[in-house]
Amino acid sequence: MEIFSNNKTYDFMGKRIPFLGLSAILFIASIILLTTKGLNFGIDFAGGTIVQVKYEQKAPIDKIREVLANTEYKGSTITEFGSPEEVVIRVTGSSSALANDIGDEMHKLLDSTGNFNVRRVDMVGPKVGGELREKGLMALGLSLIVILVYVSFRFEWRFAIASILALAHDITIALGAISLFNVEVNLDILAAILTILGYSLNDTIIVFDRVREGIQTSKESILSKITNESVSRTLSRTTLTSLTTFFVVATLFAFGGEIIHGFAFTLLVGIVVGTYSSIFVAASFLVQLKFNIENFRAKEAEKVKKQKEKDKLRAMYEQGTV
Amino acid sequence: MIIFILSLLFGVIFSVPSFLQTDSGKKISLGLDLQGGLHMLLGVKTNEAVTSKIKSIATSIKYFAEDEDILIDGLSIRGESVIFSVLDKDEIPKVDKMLEQIKGLNVSKDGLALKVELTDDEVLRTKDLAVAQAVETIRNRLDQFGLAEPTVIRQGDTDIVVELPGIKTQADEKAARELISKPANLELMAVDEERADQVYSMSKAQAAQYGDIILEDSRNPEIKYLVKEIPILNGSQVIDAKVAFDQSNQAIINFTLNSSGSRIFGEFTGKNVGKRLAIVLDGRVYSAPNIRERIGGGSGQISGGFTTVEAGNVAIALRSGALPASVELLEKRSVGPSLGADSIQASMVALISGFVIVFIFMIVYYRYAGVIANVALITNIFIIIAVMAMFGATLTLPGMAGIVLTIGMAVDANVIISERIRENIRANMSIPKAIEDGYANAMRAILDANITTLLVAVILYAYGTGPIKGFAVTISIGILASMLTAILGTHGMYEAVLSKIQKDKNTKKWFGI
Repeated sequence: MEIFSNNKTYDFMGKRIPFLGLSAILFIASIILLTTKGLNFGIDFAGGTIVQVKYEQKAPIDKIREVLANTEYKGSTITEFGSPEEVVIRVTGSSSALANDIGDEMHKLLDSTGNFNVRRVDMVGPKVGGELREKGLMALGLSLIVILVYVSFRFEWRFAIASILALAHDITIALGAISLFNVEVNLDILAAILTILGYSLNDTIIVFDRVREGIQTSKESILSKITNESVSRTLSRTTLTSLTTFFVVATLFAFGGEIIHGFAFTLLVGIVVGTYSSIFVAASFLVQLKFNIENFRAKEAEKVKKQKEKDKLRAMYEQGTV
Repeated sequence: MIIFILSLLFGVIFSVPSFLQTDSGKKISLGLDLQGGLHMLLGVKTNEAVTSKIKSIATSIKYFAEDEDILIDGLSIRGESVIFSVLDKDEIPKVDKMLEQIKGLNVSKDGLALKVELTDDEVLRTKDLAVAQAVETIRNRLDQFGLAEPTVIRQGDTDIVVELPGIKTQADEKAARELISKPANLELMAVDEERADQVYSMSKAQAAQYGDIILEDSRNPEIKYLVKEIPILNGSQVIDAKVAFDQSNQAIINFTLNSSGSRIFGEFTGKNVGKRLAIVLDGRVYSAPNIRERIGGGSGQISGGFTTVEAGNVAIALRSGALPASVELLEKRSVGPSLGADSIQASMVALISGFVIVFIFMIVYYRYAGVIANVALITNIFIIIAVMAMFGATLTLPGMAGIVLTIGMAVDANVIISERIRENIRANMSIPKAIEDGYANAMRAILDANITTLLVAVILYAYGTGPIKGFAVTISIGILASMLTAILGTHGMYEAVLSKIQKDKNTKKWFGI
């Protein structure tokens, strides 16, 4: 079985301007969404308390609202969670008193609303929320730097810039989708974003590896032709891997339960955007950055020469002729 | 190939305890989000420890002066310093010598007036010690409370992580929280009999002028006591506390003091017959009996309308020592056991169906090459579980997601290799060469791709907390395992069946093209 004919070379680079245009539109739309609508930060980053309650029958949401309306929790939001029996109550405040917390209070207040079972109480104080946010941004920033350094070291700086641009593209669009669909941003979403980063990078590096190989082995000296060839050769691998991962994440999304929904959603978007970007965008950036093949080859040749000289010297040394 | 078989064996053997959840052998334990339980991040208010240190220094000065018959005046606490004045100038060297014996003090003098403060180093040390002691105290209390496997660890400068997997109901949870939060600060204080009748008309500031404080009764806050601010004794001198019952069958707590505590207690009661002694727990007066005679032997009791359970908790708290400073709740995550079970079920369904889809897909697409890849994948799963079990890692929900994602990466390595082999076969290479070349070419891409992801995982581990760490650990183990199984494992398998492939020459059957 085959998806793409292996002998055909598609002209991706010739059409790069429309694809870059599409990316630009999505990117700008995401930025606009993020600046105007913003992200819906959950308690991990914003602080606050959530209480997950499961009733024996359908959850009486209106009644819960009524009961809470006369208390200090009147500002809390109540939403169905996964099934009609289950609700999540989100309270903006958090209590630092250990012996009597919001969970206990809720339990007392809701007593009149029916038979229920408090399944989860999560509370994050404002100090912790700030710390988690800081650490999250730190992790994201550091990851980008490490990638930049590693790719520069293994390839060339323009490859690194192109892959970082592609990553920024993927992450921004994924964040745009999170904002658009009002997904609650907690620690798990941060993990998902970082995973997308890893995945998309993976895809991009596989393509770049082919480009590097093409530059070293083929006689072609027009970059866009080599890039077309490389992207086409890796096309079936890129789609296959993305498809299988997509299947796995899609099952997580479908059967993983409400708690893992946001995580799986973010990954789904990320996989689609990441695949698109490593086929249509990352290599285009490389071409756009005017990567110079002749220089690269000269440098590579230099490296090979030096290595050979070293080997020769070593061989001579070992034979005792020096 | 041999390495691969060994690692498969390793994987299977070490993952058995985790699958069957046997009692013996190293196994993966389930995280709190999967088995239910309570996770809390507590902050220690370390400033309080500094305040109480100051208080204890004031107590020492008082006793020293009494013992040596040095007349001092105006001994009181102002903010974070102790002030007093010595009446006789000639006694100052004696006082100096005594203060020198207490480490970490800054003493400033203005004529006969002295001001004693802690040095900056001492403040830091006191705070640090307070957190260490709070960890110890909380651990002791939870151990005595009888919960299964409580974890209490320090995090950073002032924070403590408490994890209690044994908690099943909200009532249990509340009881545990109450036990932890109880300062259990026992103080024996002298009632200021000279001014006791003015207590209801006095303000706090007025009381402070006499070196007194106003405390409420534990049962009836309307009843107030005027007591000397500097306590006679505190809970650090309690060596045992037990629940007992008085004549009316009320629960009371009998406590025993250590030798220096007994001595101070004996002397104080001897000198103050006829006066009252307030027994103060966490800033409230439980009783204030008249001292009828000198009490030797160093034991006393706290009565105050406790229920038996309350009395039991107070006794535990007194035995395990006072919290040097109160703790506040910074973060709490509690998951009911039923939710945990639901999460396990949901993620298991997702995991298994995800695998099945991938397996079928690989076989349909690559035929025998797909079968080889699947064997590698299964081995990969076993290795991840075995390694996690060896490290005693906990499996959390994000960790499970991590396993799912690693499987995706492992598939990727196999796809890259298979695609390369196919390319070579199309280019009419001989089959052994196609395989060798395929591996050689795929290797570089797989290494670069996996190393970058591994780097990201390491950063996640370093900067992540709790669940994110679990995710990073599974991904890291998974990447290493997948490099092993995909590169070494499948290569070995190809070598083993190479002669068959060569005889057969049916690339459609072997590679799907």
